[in-house]
Amino acid sequence: MRLINRQPSPPVKLLLGILPFVILFFVYVGASQQRLAENPNDKLLPDLTKMSTAMERLALEPSKRTGEYLFWQDTGSSLQRLALGVGISALMGLIIGLVNGAIPVVRANLSPLITAISLVPPMAILPILFIIFGLGEVSKVVLIIIGIAPFIMRDMQARTLEIPSEEIIKAQTLTANSWQIVIRVLLPQILPRLLDTVRLSLGAAWIFLIAAEAIASTDGLGYRIFLVRRYLSMDVILPYVLWITLLAFFIDWGLRIISQRMFPWYHSQKH
Amino acid sequence: MSYIQVNNLWKEFGQTPVLERINADIEQGAFVTLVGTSGCGKSTFLNMLLGITQPSRGEITLEDQPLKAEPDGERGIVFQRYSVFPHLNVRQNILIALEFSASPFLARLFGQAKNEALRKVDEIIERVGLSHAATRYPHELSGGMRQRLAIAQALIARPKVLLLDEPFGALDPGIRKDMHQLVKELWQQEKLTVFMVTHDLQEAFLLGTRLWVFDKVRHDPDDASVYGSRITYDLDLSTPQSAANADEFSGEIEQTIAQPVNTLPSS
Repeated sequence: MRLINRQPSPPVKLLLGILPFVILFFVYVGASQQRLAENPNDKLLPDLTKMSTAMERLALEPSKRTGEYLFWQDTGSSLQRLALGVGISALMGLIIGLVNGAIPVVRANLSPLITAISLVPPMAILPILFIIFGLGEVSKVVLIIIGIAPFIMRDMQARTLEIPSEEIIKAQTLTANSWQIVIRVLLPQILPRLLDTVRLSLGAAWIFLIAAEAIASTDGLGYRIFLVRRYLSMDVILPYVLWITLLAFFIDWGLRIISQRMFPWYHSQKH
Repeated sequence: MSYIQVNNLWKEFGQTPVLERINADIEQGAFVTLVGTSGCGKSTFLNMLLGITQPSRGEITLEDQPLKAEPDGERGIVFQRYSVFPHLNVRQNILIALEFSASPFLARLFGQAKNEALRKVDEIIERVGLSHAATRYPHELSGGMRQRLAIAQALIARPKVLLLDEPFGALDPGIRKDMHQLVKELWQQEKLTVFMVTHDLQEAFLLGTRLWVFDKVRHDPDDASVYGSRITYDLDLSTPQSAANADEFSGEIEQTIAQPVNTLPSS
């Protein structure tokens, strides 16, 4: 049988999927042991005990300086910024993308501007944001918004334009006015697509968040990673990276579940 | 005056004429079937009736008023595909028509008003034979059921004219027969004026009280796109006698339809 026709059975598929993770794990543990055997004070590849001690200190003991549980404070701050940035971007993207897609006059007016803005590299204007909004929370949230909102707007516009014109004509023959078509025909069909787009833009949102935290912040996951870099604290950096990955995974998974629960018609339509 | 009048209608796309000098009077309650080879302009004509394409010259009047330049509640439409809203179930798909006309801002009905509207909705669902599927979504329906839903949706808005754009083109022959039955029944009960574009000449003869064939009358041997189509056959099928007379043309019409469209210059 040709290779392209050979389907792995479910248990084999699961095993094949897990295998790379297991290999990576053992490669790391092996490499770490080797380096520690040569030099017990090696910081580059800490072993699991070192990492868990470091994380226990950050997550379970209050900081000596501030009395806060640093790990949870970092997580809370980062998630709050991410949620604000992504939430505001999604709302802006939905409204502007929908109106752009639905109303040709508005589209002619706004679409070139949005395209131009989306081409500005957000990191290049980060200094401008710090100058205008200061080094506080606002500039970090604004960086995320500038980074992903234009993308969401453009995508929502494209998704709105993808809705078959037959549906819109049909609604008109059922006496619908423009507003009614937007809220009853276009909006409900765009919402599941918005969740798709938000899931796609989350990766970029994390980049902008961590970049902003690295440059000017007093807490946050990105801040901590860049702070402890000075002491080569791989025992903190690696678990933090793992934690960010895990958070990203669960947010993505959560959005997918929400979408499937709320819009069953959308998901069964796709295949 | 006739119910619908087509006065010296021309349609050009850029330099290319598609339809030329179309004149017709249509009585109320007529069932006009439109046939012709692909690209002959029959769909363009239907789109002008619908209001999504505007004539280059001439006009169409309905009850002596020129048609509005955009779709409205006077003209209902059933397309071959994408006629129903995928995010609403069968009941909601029909209810939304009543909600559009009754609730300009929210486009939703509540309480007593909604219950009354749902009674009308369930009645029409029953008439098109979808009662068993009232809570299903369009993706859970077969092609024929989706078209039943599209027809119910169009009818509940009580249009004066119902436009059907190859509504059964994608359906299996057996299901098509059921749909013919349904459309004929509804047309008689509602006393609608219907225009139906179809590729199927048998269907056109079976359902229509009047059959139009679109074809080019003039041909330029060097450039076929110089001239547009006209109505070359206008057959009365309203009585058994006239239908029998018309039947003798079916062979010729069959040939016309089967011809490849000659709008493209031969290369």
